[in-house]
Amino acid sequence: MNPTDFTIRGALEALNEGLVTSEALTQAHLEAIAALNPRLNAFITVTAERALEAARASDKRRSDGIVGKLEGIPLAIKDLFCTEGVRTTAASRILGNFTPPYESTVTANLLRDGAVFLGKVNLDEFAMGSSNATSAYGPVENPWKRGNDDGTTLVPGGSSGGSAAAVAARLALGATATDTGGSIRQPAAFCGIAGIKPTYGRCSRWGVVAFASSLDTPGPVARTVEDCAILLESMSGHDPKDSTSANLPVPDFAAACARGVKGLRIGVPREYRLEGMPEEIEALWQQGLAWLRAEGAEIVDISLPHTKYALPTYYIVAPAEASSNLARYDGVRYGARVGGEDLKDLYERTRAAGFGDEVKRRIMIGTYVLSAGYYDAYYLKAQKVRALIKRDFDEAFGKVDAIVTPATPSAAFAAGEKQDDPVAMYLNDVFTVTANLAGIPGMTVPAGYDRQSLPLGLQVLARDFDEETVFAVSATIERAANLTKLPQVRAFA
Amino acid sequence: MSLDLKTVRRVASLARLHLEEGEDQRLQAELNGILGWIEQLQAVDTTGVEPLSGAGGTAMPMHDDVVNDGGKAEAVLANAPDRVGEFFAVPKVVE
Repeated sequence: MNPTDFTIRGALEALNEGLVTSEALTQAHLEAIAALNPRLNAFITVTAERALEAARASDKRRSDGIVGKLEGIPLAIKDLFCTEGVRTTAASRILGNFTPPYESTVTANLLRDGAVFLGKVNLDEFAMGSSNATSAYGPVENPWKRGNDDGTTLVPGGSSGGSAAAVAARLALGATATDTGGSIRQPAAFCGIAGIKPTYGRCSRWGVVAFASSLDTPGPVARTVEDCAILLESMSGHDPKDSTSANLPVPDFAAACARGVKGLRIGVPREYRLEGMPEEIEALWQQGLAWLRAEGAEIVDISLPHTKYALPTYYIVAPAEASSNLARYDGVRYGARVGGEDLKDLYERTRAAGFGDEVKRRIMIGTYVLSAGYYDAYYLKAQKVRALIKRDFDEAFGKVDAIVTPATPSAAFAAGEKQDDPVAMYLNDVFTVTANLAGIPGMTVPAGYDRQSLPLGLQVLARDFDEETVFAVSATIERAANLTKLPQVRAFA
Repeated sequence: MSLDLKTVRRVASLARLHLEEGEDQRLQAELNGILGWIEQLQAVDTTGVEPLSGAGGTAMPMHDDVVNDGGKAEAVLANAPDRVGEFFAVPKVVE
């Protein structure tokens, strides 16, 4: 067995039993990155020396009897998390030379528990995108190929495309990611791995480059549901430095994976059945519900009537918050600067040169919907519809314990598709964006394949701060699906 | 509502984005496509609905009004494009 094939749970056990060292695990992953990253472009920055040093330090701690919850586990970090002394780009030119003098809370929590960081992984610029095509550091290739391998390069999804591709191709055992409208769940589905967007407030946003602050949610991706649970437990916890961080105890998420679904009521929202959705997505959904019923869950039809308004609501709220958050990139305090005739010209030229097209579009939309005369018609209206979307969920969770839906309306699509029509790209997030607007937890669990043998995922949603039910339902689907296919492009294949 | 070129240029100025020749026309078409799609929200009856600004249900916490960090001028200035002593430097603003 190659060390890159371990699950996190398996690697922790092997480390405990002395069958492998963190140094050997880390070295194997660095070799896999050296071999495959020139093709996949999943990593923007590889910190090989630092990783090996950290791995040796972890092995030393272990021999001294100090064993953290993630002691010696090599991980990839989305390049949106500030890492002290390691360049953090947000996949933008404007932060191309930015080296944070501090560590984000989430990554500090992982380091506290003994994790080893391999490097910083690619994403859509400022996490704005669904295909990883907007990165200033080039697109990421999905390690999966169509069954007839017609040579087509597929996108890994986005924005956490580098995180998902790296974990699927076995360049890391797990990765941090963030989800503002589906940026954990959609790439996880496209790359055939698991990923959870926890409840808003579960993981601190401190030190995560801000996109839309009322929606941004850090979370993990990994190859199993239990691995996500192990990572999330480490990443979570109250942080006084984030005023929206929840002051709640962190449950034993991994234990919840074994709970099963007996007696749970699972909701099936009729509004998630889209016209023109591929048959295999509908079939997968029905199969997932059948598995849950067989394990003792009760399936209940529910209605979330404002679902179809979620995406347009999101495309007012998120750009509005982004236009405000990204005002900080002024070429004065950090980041790139382009000189101008006067200060305003310096700001304008710096931002024009530093931001890519999608980021500019969203800043423009956000500035417009917040501007005098339009605020009520757009922004205030969107906030009211957001309240109705949340109310839909509150009412549904009066009747059910969890909701199961498809994760995405299709399998991974080809690079270059949907590039010319921003709205077609936005529709990728049609099933995921509602959870961000409502704040509730949602997880993608791989559940099957399309007719081209590409992975498809189901999404599991539950009440605020009830990630344990999300893990219980997701792990049940994972056990029943018992998937065995591997991506064609992977370490030591 | 559809954006005219003048509005596109005004919004770009508010957003501090320099537009190259012809970029205003491209943005106008793209933004109008997105805004046209967003327009469907007007069909939702929101009478009497309180706006929801964020998902965090709890009230903002208060913290003690004390200095808990600081004295890190070098770290703060470490990524500055230009500096003079312990200050960020910008082009002359006042003649």
